[in-house]
Amino acid sequence: MKPSPFEYVRPRTLTEALAAIAEDPDESKILAGGQSLIPMMNFRLARPARLVDVNRVPGLAGLASDGDRVRVGTLTRHHAMEHNPLPGPLGGLLRRAAAHVGHLPIRTRGTFGGSLAHCDAASEWCLVARLLDAEMTVRSQARGTRVIPAADFFQAVFTTAMAPDEILTSIALPALDEHYRTGIAEFARRAGDFAIVAATAAVRVEEGLVTEARICLGGVAEVPLRSAAAERVLLGERWSPELVTAAAEAAAADCDPPGDAHGDPAYRRDLVRALVPRALGLDARR
Amino acid sequence: MTSAIPLRLYVNGDRYEIAVEPRRTLADALREDCGLTGTHLGCEHGVCGACTVLVDGQPVRSCLMFAVQAEDSSVRTVEGLAPDEERLHPVQQAFWENHGLQCGFCTPGFLVLVAGYLEEHPDAEEAELREVLSSNLCRCTGYQNILTATMCAARAMRGEELP
Repeated sequence: MKPSPFEYVRPRTLTEALAAIAEDPDESKILAGGQSLIPMMNFRLARPARLVDVNRVPGLAGLASDGDRVRVGTLTRHHAMEHNPLPGPLGGLLRRAAAHVGHLPIRTRGTFGGSLAHCDAASEWCLVARLLDAEMTVRSQARGTRVIPAADFFQAVFTTAMAPDEILTSIALPALDEHYRTGIAEFARRAGDFAIVAATAAVRVEEGLVTEARICLGGVAEVPLRSAAAERVLLGERWSPELVTAAAEAAAADCDPPGDAHGDPAYRRDLVRALVPRALGLDARR
Repeated sequence: MTSAIPLRLYVNGDRYEIAVEPRRTLADALREDCGLTGTHLGCEHGVCGACTVLVDGQPVRSCLMFAVQAEDSSVRTVEGLAPDEERLHPVQQAFWENHGLQCGFCTPGFLVLVAGYLEEHPDAEEAELREVLSSNLCRCTGYQNILTATMCAARAMRGEELP
């Protein structure tokens, strides 16, 4: 229950951080919030030889509106996301998603970018990033900057498209106009636990018609799953609770969830059916 | 084997000059190197919250932070809650009066969590405080009295009459 020894490096600039990780990319890990990495180190599931602590690198945290986009700095804490001042449907979605991440003392440390780079299948931020087709900006000393779309970024459990010498520096999200309805709903057995199944939604409704539909599910595949079937049901149709129910049915029928001690595939499908409407503010229990 | 590096920690207003390996968690540094054994270690992987301390006023799991990361930060532990030798912090007083502890193992984490939160959010309501309390585990499952104590502490800290 104690980490194995490692060398600790605390760069003061991004350039220094990139140089530190370039020296030995395969044996180094970036330390951001540490709320996933340090438990893995305490269990010795992870034994990096070198930790590059980016917590004191300036300029990596915060949200900035940039025309039709919002740029989120990689080191923005979950707690800052929970209390972000962004107006409109995007700000609301980010606040509600953040409230689902762990508990308060986890949210004060854990970071948005760290969560994406860690790529846990149950991560709310991975879901939101895939839902909104976020664009990840990553940097390395050798190859400079490149941008990876969310559809390519999440590859498998704990596996992203980033190379070992790259650092995720910022994430671009679309600024959603006031016609969007957004939300997140998840089910876990205890408050703050990893969700067994989670659903996120961003649906644009103008003059009663669905002009864009995004539904993304967690806990039903190795990585966040966009439900093309549910999105097809919604797109171009007249917005109604019945339409959302039909979309939820399509999402449940279309996915192929795994079974484990937390829930078998049929149970997870039931959760999808219940959570998609809830993510859109339609709750059969109310 | 990496060697110990010198480190300056500010805990409860006191300065500690210690030398630790980078792998030393803040929790272990507080207990083993600063001699502040009020902070308890339960699960050592961020689930139980027994090791909660305030770093620059924010509650953190001290098992999920390395001591070197707290360099020059201001750390507050359960030993730093009471204002002096004679008086308890209102949260400690309320836990005592409402039987908010049974075996006492989880108590330091709850005290620090609640004290930190109420000092920042004196008007917190019950639903909000329940959400905050869900951060930590009590294996005696004495949650009802912990909630009662927390509500009483909130009233006391607002200067309201207790029922």
